[in-house]
Amino acid sequence: MNTHQLAGVAARLKVNIEEKAFRSSNGGTIEVLRDLRFEVEQNEFACILGPSGCGKTTTLRILLGLDSDYRGSIQLPGLADARIGAVFQEPMLLPWRTVEQNVRLAIPKPNRETNLDGLFSTLGLSKMRNFYPAELSLGLARRAAIARALAIEPDILLLDEPFVSLDESTAQQLRHMLLSVWSERPTTALMVTHNLQEAIMLADRIIVLSERPAHVIGMFDIRLPRNYRNEQVKADLLRSFNEKFAGVRNAP
Amino acid sequence: MVLLSFGALVVAWHLGATIWPSRSFPAPLLVLQTFISETTSGDLPYNLGITLCRVAASFVLAMLIGSVIGVLLGSHRRADEFFNPWVILFLNIPALVIIVLAYIWFGLNEAAAIGAVALNKIPNVVVTMREGTRALDPRYAEMAQVYRFNALDRLRHILIPQLQPYIAAASRSGISLIWKIVLVVELLGRSNGVGFQINLFFQLFDVAAILAYTLAFVAVMLFIELVVVQPLEHTSTRWRRSAA
Repeated sequence: MNTHQLAGVAARLKVNIEEKAFRSSNGGTIEVLRDLRFEVEQNEFACILGPSGCGKTTTLRILLGLDSDYRGSIQLPGLADARIGAVFQEPMLLPWRTVEQNVRLAIPKPNRETNLDGLFSTLGLSKMRNFYPAELSLGLARRAAIARALAIEPDILLLDEPFVSLDESTAQQLRHMLLSVWSERPTTALMVTHNLQEAIMLADRIIVLSERPAHVIGMFDIRLPRNYRNEQVKADLLRSFNEKFAGVRNAP
Repeated sequence: MVLLSFGALVVAWHLGATIWPSRSFPAPLLVLQTFISETTSGDLPYNLGITLCRVAASFVLAMLIGSVIGVLLGSHRRADEFFNPWVILFLNIPALVIIVLAYIWFGLNEAAAIGAVALNKIPNVVVTMREGTRALDPRYAEMAQVYRFNALDRLRHILIPQLQPYIAAASRSGISLIWKIVLVVELLGRSNGVGFQINLFFQLFDVAAILAYTLAFVAVMLFIELVVVQPLEHTSTRWRRSAA
């Protein structure tokens, strides 16, 4: 049905999904993805942007290896067995384990006792290491989920709308934290979002998807380093993005 | 409060026994005397110990086998459809029938006794654990898959914590059911244990001794509940109590 190419040392993420369909309850099929092709360079931070319900999460699930019922091929960066750092829409921390245990459990056995002080302090979690997830706010739980994804030193980082349902200032604080931990040890990253401002702040490249069945409408490259992206620059980027994709997507 | 409640029961019992004195209804003091004499002779501790060992062995066996079958049935719908009638059948076979058949088929030995008790409890464990498995959150399993948890970690950190309330429920009902069945098993085909002793005293019409043994056994089970089960539950649900 599909080939999950993982062999060899590949630097970039290659996605080539010819077709992905779901069977609906009334017996018909709903085509979700059709000829979805894109690549993400090594250590590049890419954002997938598209209307809600267009198949962004489905794409991510295929990349995570949670859905293998599709036609096409994907190739993850890194060695044969790419390590994936995943941040799900919900934090998905184990409620019966502390923050630190949650993070350490994701790390492969030989490195499990590695020093995480730096990671926890960058994410402002130093004092919460022994807290249970139920004692954390959503924002803190998301930080713990990000810590878990980065603690494994992943070959690729996959994020599924990690900042939704947070108030804007908390979300913004988290975006800065994500950037600072990510830039300490850059890795190929792919983030799904429907928030254009967020994409413009974080991404090197924005991959714009169409309505269902999703395919790539276009790419929007941002070559400017992130520390030069002040409010003025971001507003300009936003304008040029909207000019390029005028009428294609619903602006936020 | 608990002590007061038990105290009142003992007083009522004492009053009843003084108002209607009878050999078949001994006063609490007499039961206590019998308890002490049976303890000093070593009979009571010995038989109690034997019975407790049987309870423990049957309990462990029933929980292990029942949990494995329950989790398998809960996670494989087709297997569940096929085996569900078996589960219902075994749920409804009277304990006595299983015990008698086990003794006939496997002889009057320890393995048959413990096996028969476990077999009585297994269907209950299966049903409880099957419910628990159906209620598992698949997203935790997906998280474990993405982060490549090994089999042992999945068991320890994903499966068992989610099944914990069901394990606790099955254990609770399990212990009380098992120790009652163990007494029957001992009465029918063993030459020691509390059940055997009670049968012996029944033939001698020695109600004081019957009550002494029963109360001693209940006290031990109460002790296990208070000192082992409740603190264990307390630690394993620690994460639940504090919400943000």
